[in-house]
Amino acid sequence: MAWLVCGTIPDPSFPLGWRTLDYRTKDGCLSCADMPDLHVQRGTPTLYAACVLACRVLGVESPRALLVGDIGDGIGSAALYAELARRLSANADEFYGITFHYLFPDLDGHNRVLASLEGCSRRPMLVADAGFMYAAKMSGYAKEYDLFTPDVGEMAFLADENAPHPLYTRGFLLDSGQDVPALAKRAWESGNAARNMLVKARVDTIVVRGEVRGTVDTPNVPALEAIGGTGDIVAGLVSAMLYAGLAMERACRVAARAARRAGELAQPTPATQVTDILAHMERAVEETLQEQA
Amino acid sequence: MEQGFLVFEQTGDVIQAERILRREGFAVEVKAPPASLRKGCDMVVVCPIMAQLKIRSILEKAGLHPLEFVPVSDPLLEPVSLFQVTDFGKWFMVRAANMKVTVEKASGRIVNVSGGGCPDVPYLAGLLLGKSLDEADEPRLHGKTLCSYALQRAFEEARRVWHG
Repeated sequence: MAWLVCGTIPDPSFPLGWRTLDYRTKDGCLSCADMPDLHVQRGTPTLYAACVLACRVLGVESPRALLVGDIGDGIGSAALYAELARRLSANADEFYGITFHYLFPDLDGHNRVLASLEGCSRRPMLVADAGFMYAAKMSGYAKEYDLFTPDVGEMAFLADENAPHPLYTRGFLLDSGQDVPALAKRAWESGNAARNMLVKARVDTIVVRGEVRGTVDTPNVPALEAIGGTGDIVAGLVSAMLYAGLAMERACRVAARAARRAGELAQPTPATQVTDILAHMERAVEETLQEQA
Repeated sequence: MEQGFLVFEQTGDVIQAERILRREGFAVEVKAPPASLRKGCDMVVVCPIMAQLKIRSILEKAGLHPLEFVPVSDPLLEPVSLFQVTDFGKWFMVRAANMKVTVEKASGRIVNVSGGGCPDVPYLAGLLLGKSLDEADEPRLHGKTLCSYALQRAFEEARRVWHG
C-alpha cells in the first residue's frame, strides 16, 4: 500500500495526474518520465521532496502524488477533489495514508473526499496541512483527521471557533499565539483540531487530543521561520515517518527534530531557499533516527 | 448609514472590486460573509446601501458582476489588522495572519515569502522573490484568495516599515 500526497503546482497548465516522482538534490528538481523537471521552491513540491528523501533513508517506497496546476482560482483543485473522490470511492484501501496540502479550501470538495472514505474496510491515515486543513476545520469534521500540522498562526485560527480562514482570526487569539497549549486545548474542545497535531513554531509542540505530549526546541535555528517551505518540509517528513510505521508521537518528534537539524546543517540566513535545506535532509533524518532510536 | 454587502463568484473578483472602488473614492471594506453563505475561501465587499446602484454600475463597466446584494443584519468578521515584525539583523520579517514576508533592509529586496495555504501563495511568492518592495507588483494584482489578501497586508506593512 502506498502513501499519497495531494496538492497543487503553481502553473495553471500543469495537468492533473497520478505520478511517482524522484527528487534530485544536486539541482533541486522533481522529475518524472511524463513531465518536464519541476524546480522545488515551496508548497507541495517541497513537501513531496522532503517525503521522498525521508522515504529513501527509511527504506520505504516513494509516495504517490496526485498533483494539479492551480494559481488560486480553484479550478485545478476542483478537478483534483473530483478525481480523488472517484478513486477513493472505488478503493480507498489502496492507500496506507494520504497527506492533503496546498489545495483551494473548498467545503464541498473537502466533504466529497471525506465522504468517499465512508464504508472502506481500512481507512487510510489522514494528514492535513495548508489550505485543505482550513477546509477540514471549517467543515466541522476536524476530528476525523489523524494529524494536522499548523504553524503558530494557524493554531490560533484552529482555536477560533468563528474564523473560517486564518485571515479572520480574532486579535485576542493571535495575541496569545505563543501559548500553544491553551490554543490547542481550545481548538480540541470546540471540535476544530485533529486527534494529533504537530504545531510548528520556535518550539514545536506535539498535541494529542488537545493535550501537550512533548516539545522539540533543538537545534534552535531562528532563520528557519522566515524561509518559505520549512513548514512543508515538516509535513513531508512526518508523512514519511508514518508511512514507515513509526508511532504518531515518535513520528512527529523525529520529523520536527530532523527538519531543524537539516536547517542547522544548511547554516541558513533569512534569505536561504528551501532547496539548500533539502540538500541536507537525508543526513539529518539518518542522524535523528539514530539519536531517537 | 445602513450597510450591505456584495457577493461575488470568486474571491479574486472581491479583491479587484475593492481596488477599483477605493480608487473611485468609495470607503468600502472587505469582510467574511455570514456563515450561511460561506463556501470556503470567501470575502464580501461591504458598502453603504445608498451607494449600491452607483457601485454596481462602476463594477459592471470593469467586467465584474456581483451575484447579489445583501443588507448587513449581523456583525461580519473582519480581516486581521495586527502585524508582527521580527528583526533578523540585515533582514526583517513581517507577519500578517498566516503570511510572512522577509526583506533585506539595505536594498528592500524580498528574499522570502512563507506561510499560507491557498494555491496562489507559491505562485505569488515566485513573482515577488528577488524584487524590491518598490518595484514588485502588489500581491492583490495577481492574487485570488484570502491568503493572497493576507500577503497583501504583510507586503504593505513591510513597505511601510522599510520606508520608515
